[in-house]
Amino acid sequence: MLSVRGLQVRYGAVEAVRGIDLDVGRGEIVALLGANGAGKTSTLAAIAGLVPAAAGMVRLDGVAMTGLPTERLARQGIGLVPEGRRVFAGLTVAENLALGGAVHAPAAERRARLRAMEARFPILGERRDQKAGLLSGGEQQMLAIARALMAAPRLLLMDEPSLGLAPQMVERVFDLIAALRAEGLTILLVEQNVPMSLDIADRGIVLANGRVALAGPARELAASDAVRGAYLAA
Amino acid sequence: MDTLLQQTVNALSLGGIYALLALGLAVVFSIVRLINFAHGEVMTVAGYAIWFALLLALPVPVAILAGLAVAVLAAVAMERVAFRAMRGADVTSLLITSFAVSEIIKVLFQNGISARPVPVVLPGWLTATIDLGAVRVGMISLVSIVTVAASLALLGLILRRTTLGIAMRAAAEDFAVVRLMGIRANHVVALAFAISGALAGVAAVLWVAQRGSVDPLMGATPVLKAFIATVLGGLGSLPGAVIGGFVVGAVEVFLQGFLPEAALPYREAIALSVIIGLLVWRPDGLRPAANVNRS
Repeated sequence: MLSVRGLQVRYGAVEAVRGIDLDVGRGEIVALLGANGAGKTSTLAAIAGLVPAAAGMVRLDGVAMTGLPTERLARQGIGLVPEGRRVFAGLTVAENLALGGAVHAPAAERRARLRAMEARFPILGERRDQKAGLLSGGEQQMLAIARALMAAPRLLLMDEPSLGLAPQMVERVFDLIAALRAEGLTILLVEQNVPMSLDIADRGIVLANGRVALAGPARELAASDAVRGAYLAA
Repeated sequence: MDTLLQQTVNALSLGGIYALLALGLAVVFSIVRLINFAHGEVMTVAGYAIWFALLLALPVPVAILAGLAVAVLAAVAMERVAFRAMRGADVTSLLITSFAVSEIIKVLFQNGISARPVPVVLPGWLTATIDLGAVRVGMISLVSIVTVAASLALLGLILRRTTLGIAMRAAAEDFAVVRLMGIRANHVVALAFAISGALAGVAAVLWVAQRGSVDPLMGATPVLKAFIATVLGGLGSLPGAVIGGFVVGAVEVFLQGFLPEAALPYREAIALSVIIGLLVWRPDGLRPAANVNRS
């Protein structure tokens, strides 16, 4: 479904991503792993159009997506749950969700999706009219994921969804990701929690210094010393 | 007591105009970080549109609508022609761009029409005074207050009830994520300019009705006051801009009304001192924008 070839991202003189290839098949969870600064977030940002790709090609279901502005990519079905959640703190929970689905479906369909989200995340239903900034970290993460799901994306990119959450909440987030995959969603997951990511992922890709250091089935990577090595090296 | 009430009406009426202008500046600033020095010229353009419509012997309501429409178009056109190319530039570059736009428009009117004021005659009932018990107030003041209140209510409705309005509030917090939702950046920015233009148009109608004339520098003074109001309220904060507008209007009117005659020449200096005092007390403004921006 997603195919990335030779992707490069530069910030001025700094090369964050130096030519990576990756593929995500329909209905798969692919975990993108690596130390801080390995280029994971930049890779996601480039796929979602938040930063320009210096070189390389991004295709979604065979259609070239490279260079399209963020909003066009979102309309093409690429959803991103950004690092640090980035919910709209001054807007209510309901307004956050409404924006998530704003351009993707007619009003009736949006209402149905909103009800589905509130059924899936009862806390968001209870806090519907509260400012999102007043939610706990875990609740904000749920909101950030629900907001992305309101668009019914073809491909969901998730950047560190468990970062900074309490252990119980981390478990809930991973359960949720597994449940979304079971419903057929395709997910590219960036995570620092390596064991739990490889536990739910089909395949894993380890980045180091902006390049693919290692790739393979999640189970093999989980058993490999090289994964630990790649982490400690950087 | 009666003078106090009368001055309060005047303060609300003048402060309301400042509030509309300050709000227009704040709406744009909160989203594109542009301090639009050409905002006063939007008001001027609207003033000339009203003058021209009346010159064509169009009925007054049509002239007013023309003023509003031209203000919206002027603001949106400014964005499209001058500011869109500069999007993402630093605050200083944007500020200088807006200076250029402002000067160009001023010179166009000075050379194209006249540097001197042209008269705009509005219907007599607007300039009448009415007795409210013991106080006599100008009809135009009451019309201003009602119009400002209606404009603020309508803007509140747009920002809370429409998708693009909600997106505008969201964009003031985190524009990149708004785009991640698939909402077009250009639409949000254009709406912000359209709203600022509409508010400047309403302010222009009220200003022209009170002054009875239009000149190329017409927008400069009130918008300067509106700048002070946005800073006083907290740059980028919409409620702050409204509060700031009313405070600046009140300080101006009450000093004019109650200062001893000998002190009147120092009115502006005293007014600005009061505002500096308020800013020393609350450096981020009376009601600062809640969120730190990230782009």
